[in-house]
Amino acid sequence: MSPPGVGESDEGVRAPLRSNGVCDREGSTVRRHQAITVGVATAALLLSACGGTGQSTSDEVLVSAASSLTEAFAEMEIAFESANPEIDVVLNIGGSSALREQILAGAPADVFASANISNMGLVVDAGDVEGESAIFARNRLEIAVPVGNPGGVTGLADFARDELLIGLCAESVPCGDYGQRVLQNAGVVPAVDTEEPNVRALLTKIEVGELDAGIVYETDVASTDGEVTGVEIPDGDNVHADYSIAVLTEAPNVDGAAVFLAFVLSEEGRAILANHGFVLP
Amino acid sequence: MTKRTDSSERRKRRPPLVLVVLAALGLSVFVMPLLGLLARTPWRDLPTLLTSDVVVDALRVSLIASLGATAISAVLGVPLAWILARVEFRGRAIVRGLVVLPLVLPPVVGGAALLFALGRRGLIGEPLNQATGLVFPFSIWGVIIAATFVAMPFLVISVEGGLRNLDSRYEGAAATLGAGRWTVLRRVTLPMIGPSLAAGLALTWARALGEFGATITFAGNLQGRTQTLPLAVFVALESDRGAAVALSLIMVVISLTVLIALRQRWWGAL
Repeated sequence: MSPPGVGESDEGVRAPLRSNGVCDREGSTVRRHQAITVGVATAALLLSACGGTGQSTSDEVLVSAASSLTEAFAEMEIAFESANPEIDVVLNIGGSSALREQILAGAPADVFASANISNMGLVVDAGDVEGESAIFARNRLEIAVPVGNPGGVTGLADFARDELLIGLCAESVPCGDYGQRVLQNAGVVPAVDTEEPNVRALLTKIEVGELDAGIVYETDVASTDGEVTGVEIPDGDNVHADYSIAVLTEAPNVDGAAVFLAFVLSEEGRAILANHGFVLP
Repeated sequence: MTKRTDSSERRKRRPPLVLVVLAALGLSVFVMPLLGLLARTPWRDLPTLLTSDVVVDALRVSLIASLGATAISAVLGVPLAWILARVEFRGRAIVRGLVVLPLVLPPVVGGAALLFALGRRGLIGEPLNQATGLVFPFSIWGVIIAATFVAMPFLVISVEGGLRNLDSRYEGAAATLGAGRWTVLRRVTLPMIGPSLAAGLALTWARALGEFGATITFAGNLQGRTQTLPLAVFVALESDRGAAVALSLIMVVISLTVLIALRQRWWGAL
């Protein structure tokens, strides 16, 4: 059961603390955000953890990527680093809107990969994007049902059946917005039983059989390795989730960032994305 | 219950400065977030926000669920506390550990555990569902169960403490005077543990009102059915920060009012 995003949407997301990528830049991060709370002890810890590597800042590219890109970008990192051994990619994975908030608050990322256009748009509007953003992948939506499909769900029309337990994402998160649009396209008024805070929470409740059906991303269904069954949404009703990527204006490593972005858009990068179920633009 | 110091004595024993400074810092831990909340409150839009459907629905669900959880905790928790305080049996330490476990368990874990036990496909939930058609998740019952799970320990601990501090000779005296066991319980024991019971009920209710993790994991989130105030705050934080702050303010005002009022009236035991 994924924790319901504690801290994803509160002020905590603005804090420059990341699980990855703090090593080479904790000095500037602390300065820029005056994160006094981080404290001397933490700084010492970071220094002792990173001191021996002797890497300079220019070797590292920090990529803030949407959580639905977790698996694809992990593979992307490995492929990129074997092609460019002098550059170290560090992934900062999170919800697109949480990442957006971090960037707008001045977190020193090099590349931003968002799961929708609107979050990228807000970063562009703030003047934080260097050059142009590019749509590099698309995701489609799919109905997810528990293995064995106990509710006998065959399409979107079943979402109106009151006797079924139906879940969607909350409308405040992208998958909820997309899900509502899909249902609207199909002219279905859903009998919703729960609006989950993120797509993985929804997926888990379907996986354990507590919900009969929900609308998630195609790549989510693929990522469960058969723990849920997908029911296709016809092209006429489906919508595309556009993934947008850009180099950030305040990137500490603009050159490295550009090389990484070019790799994502290259044939090799596209093959990795396709492998993980993304549709290519 | 609390001993009163008279004012002259208090003046003589002025508290050490170090303690005052540390206590002030301690207090600031609680006050700072409140100030942050007040600073972000959209006062002008507050009336509109407070009467919006989301807020009214969440308030209703929260009140029903927290009062329901408190009632269930009273009915089941007082006997549990009585057994723990008065009956010697093997494994009492284990039972006591199980009772307080929800205090230290992350609520999300509790919610997942409830789902695996009482969910439609759960260990107990599945046979129960087949026999009676009952489904707890995604219903108000799910919210009440989740709140009871996290909140009842407060009642059990508080009442058990009250029972242990009770001089059992009063009950013995009542019994010698011919009172039956029920009469003793009703007329002697319960009135004497009144303050502990009141404190336990207040804490249980307050914890139930603030419950988030177990609720969203076990009962889901649907406006008007399972969306409590904390859930509404969480969802609103991503879309409408003004509404989130307004909802938070309601919770603070309700909880603070009730806790302060109770403290003044009955709550001497804690």
